Parts: sequence; structure tokens; C-alpha cells
Amino acid sequence: MNANIAKNNISRMSLVKNKFEKLKSRSTVLLFLLPAIVLFSIFLIYPIFRSVYYSLFDWKGFGPAVDFVGLGNFIRILTDEVFLKALVNGLIIVVFSLIIQLPLALMLALMVGRKLRGRGFFRTVFFMPYILSEVITAIMWILIFNADPKRGFLNAIITLIPGVKAQSWLGNTSLVLPAILVVLTWKYFGFHMLLYMAGLQNIPVETEEAAVIDGANRYQTITHVTIPLLAGTIRTSAYLSVLGSLQVFALVWIMTKGGPVNASELMSTYMYRFSFIRFELGYGSAVAIVMLLISLTISLLYRRFLVQPDYLG
Amino acid sequence: MKKILILTLIAAFMISMLFLGTSCKEEEVAEEEVAEEEEVVAEPVTVTFWHIQTVEEQAALWEELANEYMAANPNVTIDITGYENENFKAKMTTVMQGGDPPDLFQSWGGGTMNEYAEAGMLKDITSFLEKDSWKDTFAIGALNAFSYQGKYYGVPRDLGMVGFWYNTELFADAGIDNPPTTWEELLEDCQTLKDAGITPIAVGEGDKWPGAFYWEYLATRIGGEDAFNAAYAREGSFADEPFIEAGEKLAELVAIEPFQAGFLAALWEADASVTFANRDAAMILQGQWGAAQFASVDTIGGIDDVLGWFPFPMVEGGAGNPGDAVGGGNGWNVGKDAPDAAVDFLKYISSVDSQIAQAELGMALPVVKGSEVGIQSDMLKLVAEGTANAEYFQLYYDQFLPAAVGSVINDSVQGIFAGTLTPEEVAHAIEDSVAQELD
Repeated sequence: MNANIAKNNISRMSLVKNKFEKLKSRSTVLLFLLPAIVLFSIFLIYPIFRSVYYSLFDWKGFGPAVDFVGLGNFIRILTDEVFLKALVNGLIIVVFSLIIQLPLALMLALMVGRKLRGRGFFRTVFFMPYILSEVITAIMWILIFNADPKRGFLNAIITLIPGVKAQSWLGNTSLVLPAILVVLTWKYFGFHMLLYMAGLQNIPVETEEAAVIDGANRYQTITHVTIPLLAGTIRTSAYLSVLGSLQVFALVWIMTKGGPVNASELMSTYMYRFSFIRFELGYGSAVAIVMLLISLTISLLYRRFLVQPDYLG
Repeated sequence: MKKILILTLIAAFMISMLFLGTSCKEEEVAEEEVAEEEEVVAEPVTVTFWHIQTVEEQAALWEELANEYMAANPNVTIDITGYENENFKAKMTTVMQGGDPPDLFQSWGGGTMNEYAEAGMLKDITSFLEKDSWKDTFAIGALNAFSYQGKYYGVPRDLGMVGFWYNTELFADAGIDNPPTTWEELLEDCQTLKDAGITPIAVGEGDKWPGAFYWEYLATRIGGEDAFNAAYAREGSFADEPFIEAGEKLAELVAIEPFQAGFLAALWEADASVTFANRDAAMILQGQWGAAQFASVDTIGGIDDVLGWFPFPMVEGGAGNPGDAVGGGNGWNVGKDAPDAAVDFLKYISSVDSQIAQAELGMALPVVKGSEVGIQSDMLKLVAEGTANAEYFQLYYDQFLPAAVGSVINDSVQGIFAGTLTPEEVAHAIEDSVAQELD
């Protein structure tokens, strides 16, 4: 009897102790998260709500916002041809990044991720553009794209071919977007290649060996074994590529400022123009909110309908 | 092996910490010394001064003037910062939004200055200008670009007009004896130059404002002072006939395809000026800063010897006078919290001697009376004369009008250069923006 009571007491005590321990560990977690939460709130959450507030005003950025226009800014955005063009351009970049950049990165990863003489060298070379700052990349490609064959590297090369004329890569409304796509691909394929290479490391050699023993040729091994096993990495890389494409700014702003005549306009350059050149900060805030909603929607849809990217487990 | 490496690293780390400690101490000592020195002098004042001169000799002039001033007024510290043009504009947006403008800073007057003044970011210096008739030392037209609703918020240091710089040698090669005086002649000359295998005009339309000069000048030639003033006062409209006709005339020029390859993406400094200075194009429409820029990017040498200048041609039947000019210049604004010493220093750098030095360095067409003697080249003397004699001086639209309108003008005129917008569409886009900002 006594022994039983004692036992009960002990278990109750341990329960209390357990609860206390849990609380303690939870508060420890909270304590460690606090700096991140504070910074996150100050620099991300608060500005977003501030932008929502400003987006309801016609505001130039000086003094308090007083000229309330309700949803007027949003109506103007969605009926502005230039914004719609920027949206379409953004989607073009997303789509082409997916169908050019990723397969290219995968192909190169398959080549340099395995036994290949001098693969270290190729890996470094392919990854190098990703390390360069966007500003340096943009200026370098401006020089390469120069319309004058005497000064532009690309034109100097192609005019060596008889019958080929120099092109104004960044000054031609139909060439400028493809030109920018080339630069984006050049800059970012190395990053995706690295992701795939990391993914390849996790595929046991045995599975591929087994496929070979079963009589699969090189092509069949890749399409039926390697790529399916890489699926998680591919989803992550596609997810990052889509979000990255929607956020492109510095590169395009420096190279073309969204021009000529909005031919390479993106939502980000559009937002910057209205906020910091035209000083319509209320309108610019509204554009930023629309951008946020679009990115958020795409991100949520992706997670909902395509399988979750790898890092989410 | 590993241990040795780690030990070496730790040793290196400790030694560097040691140095860090001593260097910090040194700084502390230095600061204390400065503080002690300042204590001796009564009422120390610091004036923050932002300019945009990136050429070494030009920036050095401000340093020199500041040092002279500080030597004469030991209680004043002039804190100089030089910015690159675009960085300066970006920096200004943040300090203005933060409500903390520098005491003395670069300004182009006009619409942007008016917006600052409206927001209470600038100091009214009218009383200083009226004291000892400081005001009278300036050319009044130039000074008035720095007034808003009857109050002065700064002073000019440079004013000039936009005109055509041309290559006399290339004109001679094409058999053109005299520069064009009418728009029709300009179109003909462009065709003649093209036929001779010479690119007639360089334009940095990637920057947009160089192309807007054409539209603004054509509007000024066709509609004259009255059309602009009526539209600005909202009695008329920027979609009125003269502004549409300006676009039509510009479209005529674009149709000849007189521009260098890739002009839609070309920048004024990095591309168009280089093209012109290296004899790859015969003409370029630019402001008074053109000559200095050409000389600095000329890789062949001797561009000054072949350089010519002519005013923007007349348009047949236009209401404007041939002497009317479109242009603008540089000057200074005074920030809202500026101490009196800032205005005193402003007066110091606006002296005749300072203006002569600026003219000699090619960084200004001076606006203080008596400093014209500093202008070096004959070509710039022509520009200065044209500026001084203009019956009607039209400040660049993108400076005179609110920033939003300026940007709309620059953006939409590019549509005429690219052939994507009609003159009517351009005029209406501008009118819509003006209506939104001014009505």
C-alpha cells in the first residue's frame, strides 16, 4: 500500500518534472529563435504591412501619406499595358529558365559529376559565373553585346562569318529578351549543376550497376534510374529557379533598365521605376504587393499540386 | 602536420588580435585629440556638402575652396562627399524620405527641387540673397531656376543650352558646306551623310533623356513659349497640336534611320559620346557638357579641332523664335537644417573667382556676372552666347516638370525612336501624367 502511494507520488513527480522540462526546453528554443524573429519582424513583416498601407495612397514618399485612393492603385496596375507586358516577360523568363537552364545543368552535372578527366576544372569553370556579382555580370555582358563590331565581342565574332550582319542585341525590341535569357542561363546554370551534382552523390552506384547488369544501356540507365532517383533534387531546383526568375532585378536593370520601350520590362524593374524614378511610392508599394501575391500564389500552388520539394521532407 | 597548422593559425589569430587592440587604442587617442582641439574654438559648426564631380581636378576645386574657407573660419568644418551622378540621385531619395537632407547639395532646380521645397526639406535663403545685393551677382534667368513660389532655395553655378555638336570634317567629306538651319535641311543633310556612308547622328537613347531633347526642342520650335506655358498653366494641354506635331517631325527624322547601330540601348556617356568622339557619327544633340565629354573619350585625339556647334534648326511655320533655347544647368540647394555657415560657404564658392576656375576646368558655363572670361573654347563661347541671348529659355521638361512627368516624357518619346508609339499616343501619355500631377 505504502509502496504503491510512494510509486504514485514518484510518477506524479516525474510527470510534473517532465512538463517542466518540456516548458524549459520550449522556452530555450524560443529564446534562441528570438533574435531571428525580431529581425524578421522588423525587416520583413513590418515593411510588408507598411507597404500594404502605403499602397492605398497616392504618395510621393515625402511626409505623411494623406491622399487616400483606396484600391485605385491596384486597378491602375491591372489595367496598365506595361505592367501586363512585364508580367508576360516574367513568365517567359520563368518558362525558358525551366526548359533551358535546368536540362542544361542536369546534362553537365551528369557529365562532370562522374568520372571524367579534368572534371574538377570543368566544375570550377561552370560554377564561376554564379560567384560573380550581378552588377559585374551585367556590365561584362553589356560590353560583349555592344552593337558596334569594333567594340562588341559577340558582334566582332559573328561578323567574321560572311553574310552575317552585326546585331544590336540589347537595342532591338525582339532580341533583348532572348539576350537577357542567355545571360541569366549563363549565370545560374552552375548553381543548378551544383545541386544536381550533390543529388548524384546520394545515388548509390549499385543501383546503376544493377541496371547495367540487367542489360540497360547508358541512355536507359540515365532516363530510368538516375533521373527518377534525382526527382527530389529536380523539384527543389525547379522551385528555386521559378522563384529566382520572378525576382530577377539587378541584372536587367543595369543592362537595359527594362527597355528599349519596355521590351525587357519585368515586374521588379517596373516597381523600381515607379517607386524611385517617378517617386510614386504609393503606386510602387501596390506593385510590390501584387508581386508578393503572385510569387506567394505560385509558391503555394507548386507545393500543393506538385510534390513538395526535397528540403521540406 | 595538422597540429602545426592549427597552432600556426591560432598564433596568427592571436597576433592579429593584438594588433587590433593597439590600433583601436590609437584611434581613441586620435579622437580625443581632435575633441580637445575643437573645444578650444567657440561654437563649432559642421556643414555637409555633397557634389557630383567625379573628374579629379573638378572635385579638387571643391576641396581647395573648402580648405580655404575652413582656414579663414576655424570654427567651421566642411564635410565634403562626392558622388557619381546616378548614385547621388539614389542617395537623395533615401535622405529625403528620411527627412535628413545634407546642408548643401547638387541640384538642377525645377520640378524635383519644387517637390523638395513643398515637403519642407529646403531652407529659404531669399533673405541672404537680398542682403548686400548678393542676388545681383547672378544672371537673373539662371537664378530663377532655383526659386519656387517666389522664394529662393539655392543658387546656380552653371547654365547652358542644348544644341547640335557636329564633326566639321565629316560634314566636309559629305559635301555639306553649312550646318542646317531648318528642320528640312537637317533631314536632307542626314540623307546626304547617309549616302556618303557616314552615320549622321549618334544618340544615347538607352538613357532616354538625350532623345527627349529632340521632342522638347521641336515642341519649343513649333509651339513656342505660349504653347508650353498654356499647357503648364492647364489652360491648354500637352496633347495640343504643337506637341503632336513635334512627335510627327521627330518620326520623320527616325524614318530616315540616321542613328548609329544599337542606338536604342546606347548610353550617352559609355556609347553615344564615344561614337561621336571617335568620328563614327557626324552629329549629336547634347548640352554644354558635351565638349568636355568628347575630349575625355576621344581615342584618336584632336576632336576639338574638328568640333563644330549649331543651334537646333527652326521648323518652318513654327511659332517659336530661332533664338529660343532648351537647356538647363547645375547649382546648389540648401537643406532645411543648414546652419548660416552653409549659406556663407555657398556664397564663398559662388564668387567670380570660383566661377572662373569652374569655367576654366570646363565644368560650368558660369552664371555669375564677370566670370565669362573663364570660358576656354570658342565653341563653348557660342553656347554661352546663345544661352545669354535666348529670348525664351526653356528648362528641360524632365527637370522643370514633376519627376513623374519627366520620366513619362523620357519613356514615351523613346517609343517614337523605336517606332512603337505614335506621336498622338506620346502626347496623350504625357498629358495624362501632367493632368495627374498638376490638376
